[in-house]
Amino acid sequence: MSLRLPRIGTSQVVALLVILAINWVVSPQFFDIRLQDGRLFGSLIDVLNRGAPVAILSLGMVLVIAMRGIDLSVGAVMAICGAIAASLADSYPLPVVLAAALGAGLACGLWNGFLVAVLGIQPIVATLILMVAGRGIAQLITEGRIVTFTSPELAFLGGGSVLGLPTPIVITLALLALTLLIVRGTALGLLIEATGGNARAAALAGVGTRLITLAVYAWCGLCAAIAGIVAAADILGADANNAGLWLELDAILAVVIGGTSLFGGRFSLVLAVVGALIIQAMNTGILLSGFPPETNLVVKAVVVLAVLLAQSPRLAGLGSNLFGRRA
Amino acid sequence: MNATSRLLPVAATTAVFLIGFLICSLTFPNFASLRVVMNLFTDNAFLGIVAVGMTFVIISGGIDLSVGSVIGFSTVFLAIAIERWGVPPLAAFALILVISALFGAAMGAAIEYFELPPFIVTLAGMFLARGASFLMSTESIPITADLYSHLAEQALRLPGGARLTVPAMVMILVVAGGMVLLHLTRFGANVYALGGSRVSTALMGVNVTRTTVLIYTLSSALAGLSGIVFSLYTSSGYSLSAVGVELDAIAAVVIGGTLLSGGYGFVFGTFVGVLIQGLIQTYISFDGSLSSWWAKIATGLLLFAFIGFQQVTLGLARRSRRHATGGAHA
Repeated sequence: MSLRLPRIGTSQVVALLVILAINWVVSPQFFDIRLQDGRLFGSLIDVLNRGAPVAILSLGMVLVIAMRGIDLSVGAVMAICGAIAASLADSYPLPVVLAAALGAGLACGLWNGFLVAVLGIQPIVATLILMVAGRGIAQLITEGRIVTFTSPELAFLGGGSVLGLPTPIVITLALLALTLLIVRGTALGLLIEATGGNARAAALAGVGTRLITLAVYAWCGLCAAIAGIVAAADILGADANNAGLWLELDAILAVVIGGTSLFGGRFSLVLAVVGALIIQAMNTGILLSGFPPETNLVVKAVVVLAVLLAQSPRLAGLGSNLFGRRA
Repeated sequence: MNATSRLLPVAATTAVFLIGFLICSLTFPNFASLRVVMNLFTDNAFLGIVAVGMTFVIISGGIDLSVGSVIGFSTVFLAIAIERWGVPPLAAFALILVISALFGAAMGAAIEYFELPPFIVTLAGMFLARGASFLMSTESIPITADLYSHLAEQALRLPGGARLTVPAMVMILVVAGGMVLLHLTRFGANVYALGGSRVSTALMGVNVTRTTVLIYTLSSALAGLSGIVFSLYTSSGYSLSAVGVELDAIAAVVIGGTLLSGGYGFVFGTFVGVLIQGLIQTYISFDGSLSSWWAKIATGLLLFAFIGFQQVTLGLARRSRRHATGGAHA
């Protein structure tokens, strides 16, 4: 089965280009990219690099939301996995460190999936448990301190570069390709959409909805673990209090901006990543323009509202009456 | 569900609180006193007030993530209005209650008219309120008005050196008012009906739009009131105050036995849920050697225990109903 093109996506790409253009107006050096010590530098690269953790999170979140679920715990899972990676980094080889951190993320995801798929608890509530307790667990691992490490191998994942591109960007692209291959290269994406559209009908049609739900939450936990490792590697340490704080909201926002319906049944992986980049481009733009960073939250709120209104069934009806049928 | 099984979750919550209190009293010799209980009330007053509003929202089948930010905004607004603009404190109180109520009404209207999930609308509200408070001031502003120091001294003196402070009194009034509103009025009955089934409620002739808007108005107004109490408690306004309080409030509601899918719950249960969270904090501060993160883990465990308990009782209730009606297949 060939890769399917997203049904809509022009508006997101246009929005990203508009924001980048505004950034260019605000700061004329925005598109300047230079090569130094074998790594690319520049504001544009910075947007991609800083946007990587949210983009990685959104790759897991998009599948969860496509199933009509939500995962509030990804920020806390990031903190747990970052804490594990940072505390093991200087005493164990890299594969062990990665295996431990990824394993923890997988376990967190499986726990969420178990609560949702097997016990039948609402996703918001089920993942709220780990959101509340997870940060406590992360603080337990770091014993309340900010754990720092010096291991160059782990640091490479956050600050290094491959062929000139910063590693976080490479990891994001690789993960996007892998997810596309697994989800859109097989029937899995279709089954996820079916489960999100109508879980009961899907189950009656023979879709293993329970197993798929479990797997999707596990995948979301795994993505959170990768994001946590990248974030910890970037700052050469783990701060259990602030690592990934409120990033679950950014990830949900990225997915929603990417046109994935909160009512399930429709999703786009590429556009979720574009959504993450839109958020980061706004953040960077606000910083470059010299506005206080506090403006950020207000701007984000306005964007959420605008996207929501655009998605609203009632407004969509109005719009199609006015402008003819669109997408 | 019959009367006994209806009250079971609240009874379980109350039992957990009493057992917890007993354990604390046996561990620490000075624990079992009126003074500790009154401090529990004072320290958790702002959480108790906001959790009452959250109970209404959750029983109606919604969620309000904006309350923590509304509390933060209220404290900053009060500090700036009183200290910089010279607004008399009582007028500032009235003003912030109106602003927060309007804010809630706007969210409720957005949820209702545009048919959007409450989760995401109140998320936007959370960003908006927190962002607005950041824009007003990023620094902590002390409030030096006479009324504040006066209210801080004001307290009902009880035996054993215990003091029933103004924040605690406000919380008790709000809990009592919430109970009356939810359990004895038509509005309260509509809230339950809305959580049971929206469509049936509309078909019964209840004005669903008005009820939804009123529920979010109530929740935000109580968050504003909670902000007033919070600013009394700290005598300052700070844009980063009450971060994450929405989670504590939701946790208190769930621990209090309210169903997150809506349609079932009690204000009293929420009140006990708040006290249990306060008890965990108090235990940790009495112990002295335990670190604060244990509070989060303990709250998470309690949440899991109560949600699991709810699933089991719901499952049993469904099974017995199926048996009673002659058994439709799964």
